[in-house]
Amino acid sequence: MRKYVPKDNVQKKAYYTDRFHVVPSTPREDVSTDEIFSKHLEILSAKVEVKSARIELGSMVVEINHEDNYKALEILRDECSYAMLTEMSAVDYLAKDGNFEVFYQLLNLKEVKRTRVVMRIEQGLAVESVVPLYKSANFAEREMFDMFGIVANNHPFMKRILMPDDWEGHPLLKTYPLEGDEFASWYEVDKIFGKEAREAIGPENRDPARIDRYDTKRFSRVGYEVPFGADISNGETETPIEYSKTFLVDYTKDSGQQLEDRK
Amino acid sequence: MAQHKVNYASSGGLPVALTTVDHLINWGRSNSLWPLTYGLACCAIEMMASGASRYDFDRFGTIFRASPRQADVMILAGTLSKKHAEFARRLYDQMTEPKWVISMGSCANTGGMFNTYATVQGVDRIVPVDIYLPGCAPRPETLQYALMMLQKKIRRESANMKNNTKQNLRLI
Repeated sequence: MRKYVPKDNVQKKAYYTDRFHVVPSTPREDVSTDEIFSKHLEILSAKVEVKSARIELGSMVVEINHEDNYKALEILRDECSYAMLTEMSAVDYLAKDGNFEVFYQLLNLKEVKRTRVVMRIEQGLAVESVVPLYKSANFAEREMFDMFGIVANNHPFMKRILMPDDWEGHPLLKTYPLEGDEFASWYEVDKIFGKEAREAIGPENRDPARIDRYDTKRFSRVGYEVPFGADISNGETETPIEYSKTFLVDYTKDSGQQLEDRK
Repeated sequence: MAQHKVNYASSGGLPVALTTVDHLINWGRSNSLWPLTYGLACCAIEMMASGASRYDFDRFGTIFRASPRQADVMILAGTLSKKHAEFARRLYDQMTEPKWVISMGSCANTGGMFNTYATVQGVDRIVPVDIYLPGCAPRPETLQYALMMLQKKIRRESANMKNNTKQNLRLI
């Protein structure tokens, strides 16, 4: 038998690891190997504290302090011609490191270069909005707030974008259950009918293939058939299964007649 | 005898056809079911195909209406998100009586593959459903069949909607 391993807290530590599994990793190069990137990094590090920098899969990854995000992006936009913010959001590392990683994916259209600016931020702290620099950050920061609860200061319209305005919780957090919490599971019922209708409507059925043993309206048990909708919580009487009878004829006995010759 | 002339001999000398009020009203209702133009997800593509020339819902007297005030069938075609549930119910409330609901596709029936926090796990949680149409997504023929089953159901019902059990099941 396989050795028992405790399976609680599986999110933090995988309870099963493949013996032959190789953790995928991408090669990381020094920034000095690319002259355009090293030029950009030089301009940036002159004014902003850069914690680390590397080249990964052809794009530069720069880690900065979260207070410097506006300044860093302004320098990259104005002096290194990163004209586009293609994507920005956050990653939940609360269980692992106790903070979020916020990233900004920038594109330089002149020199065809991509740079990712990453920064770590503790839960409860706000980032500075970069909407004055990049218009695309408007919706992206709202989504970041909606999904992770990270507020962007000085955002023109800081409000949820995907979930309803009166929603509770931030669904992309690792601690948020996939099937929703108590609030989520009653959301539409509370909103439309009010809390008093909860009992009449009942909880969500999260398993559509579920079979209720005592449901005689949709299921019937072979050999224990009861009338439609009958109450069988105290058990049901057995109805013997009647099979159709099989007749066997023994042709070797007198009932048959063996012919001597072919007619 | 010419075809356009009334055959007085076969109807007791009177130009009448005998029926019940229930039959007459349900004949009218079932043969002019007007669904609401209301698509939620990919099932709506199949619903559109059903309405277009190849499958041609018009021959059943089924014409899509763009206003809930003029519609009497709501086809919930697709995934109903929790954010949108309120508005789906509002549209249903705005439809005039008598009204019927077809839940089209797995997502509308049970939530389907979207076993998540943001999807309504079956539209029967918010509106009373008459026909559950399985499939992901159901073919236009299937929707056509569902509509014909709904017609059959309506013809069996009482014309006085208060006598029908579904009406009594309504929450509000």
